[in-house]
Amino acid sequence: MARITASVYTSHVPAIGAAIDLGKTHEPYWQPLFKGYEPSKQWLKDNKPDVIFLVYNDHATAFSLEMIPTFAIGTAAAYQPADEGWGPRPVPTVIGHPELAAHIAQSVIQSDFDLTIVNKMDVDHGLTVPLSLMCGQPGGDNPAWPCPVIPFAVNVVQYPVPSGQRCFKLGQAIRQAVESFDQDLNVQIWGTGGMSHQLQGARAGLINREWDNAWLDKLVSDPAGAAATPHIDYVREAGSEGIELVMWLIARGAMADVAGGPAPTVKHRFYHVPASNTAVGHLILENNR
Amino acid sequence: MALDKPYQDVPGTTIFDAEQSRKGYHLNQFCMSLMKAANRERFKADERGYLDEWPMTEEQKQAVLARDLNRCIAAGGNIYFLAKIGATDGKSFQYMAASMTGMTQDEYMAMMLAGGRSAEGNRRLGENGDAQPQNQPQGRAHRG
Repeated sequence: MARITASVYTSHVPAIGAAIDLGKTHEPYWQPLFKGYEPSKQWLKDNKPDVIFLVYNDHATAFSLEMIPTFAIGTAAAYQPADEGWGPRPVPTVIGHPELAAHIAQSVIQSDFDLTIVNKMDVDHGLTVPLSLMCGQPGGDNPAWPCPVIPFAVNVVQYPVPSGQRCFKLGQAIRQAVESFDQDLNVQIWGTGGMSHQLQGARAGLINREWDNAWLDKLVSDPAGAAATPHIDYVREAGSEGIELVMWLIARGAMADVAGGPAPTVKHRFYHVPASNTAVGHLILENNR
Repeated sequence: MALDKPYQDVPGTTIFDAEQSRKGYHLNQFCMSLMKAANRERFKADERGYLDEWPMTEEQKQAVLARDLNRCIAAGGNIYFLAKIGATDGKSFQYMAASMTGMTQDEYMAMMLAGGRSAEGNRRLGENGDAQPQNQPQGRAHRG
């Protein structure tokens, strides 16, 4: 049986990808941020999953205003890094896991979550920056990402976006779906985006360190409470783009304690301001048997 | 019946909801077209001519020509779509964010390095934080 062994939470700021791609990680501006991910890279080496279920949002890349699905699961064999206007990131093709993805789609849709099944899409920084942060930049002897990835895109661009509550419940359905897959697979679920940031208007640059950290505490110890955060609180307290944090609740909802299992262990926690316009938050939670 | 939009009293913030999306459809789709290198070249060679190929309002076209992102947002633009204009101009996201505040990019970057903009006074219209309408534009150049 497949099982979810751990969840990872991280911001996915595009400037972080640019810093990696342009070899700026040791510059004084970026050094403290990348130092915070050193333990994470080691952790991922020591705990290499068979598949990563990666929750992220598309930033007007694969989905134009022609159509934006609320929840979209990638069932393709491979995904190309997108050209977001600055040229594609120099990172490897993302290999999918069509069998597990199709199984999850079948199971989750039957649990009343209306997913859109996507067989062709390019993936933007929302997906590739977390991979770079956690896996290190592939290259040389290590030309590929360490394992297959199932992209799961959530609409947080065009309101109304799904509620935290719905995301949290969706995570629970994803966990059940994974556990009903016959193959023995070690699956990690990653929730990305956030933390506080606003990219628009006179209020651009809003950061709320106190709110972010209180929310992180809650996500760890009272996830149902974190899931009850209404949209307007994210907007008011964490900026209009802070709403991306609902995606973290999908990953959190997939952890064992939510279904009555033991509490997860916090393996790493990190917070840093700023990365370009954004507060970077990061958490690794391991399930206990 | 009017729908509940509790986000309308947040200063300096436009939530891109279904109503804004309807208004901004062609503006945002124009932006999306700039993801193709050939279109970027055509736009740069003749901005007005390229814009005229789209059924956008005159206000939307003027806002794009002026690179006034706040005006673009008021006309239905979404920042992730509008960012393609910045990319075409070779500008960073931080430059674009700064441009919407009135600050220079250096001033904005200094604010971010100092921990970012505080939420204090900026949660609701009627308060007196730096993002409130009565305190615009921001930045040294605009101070008397």
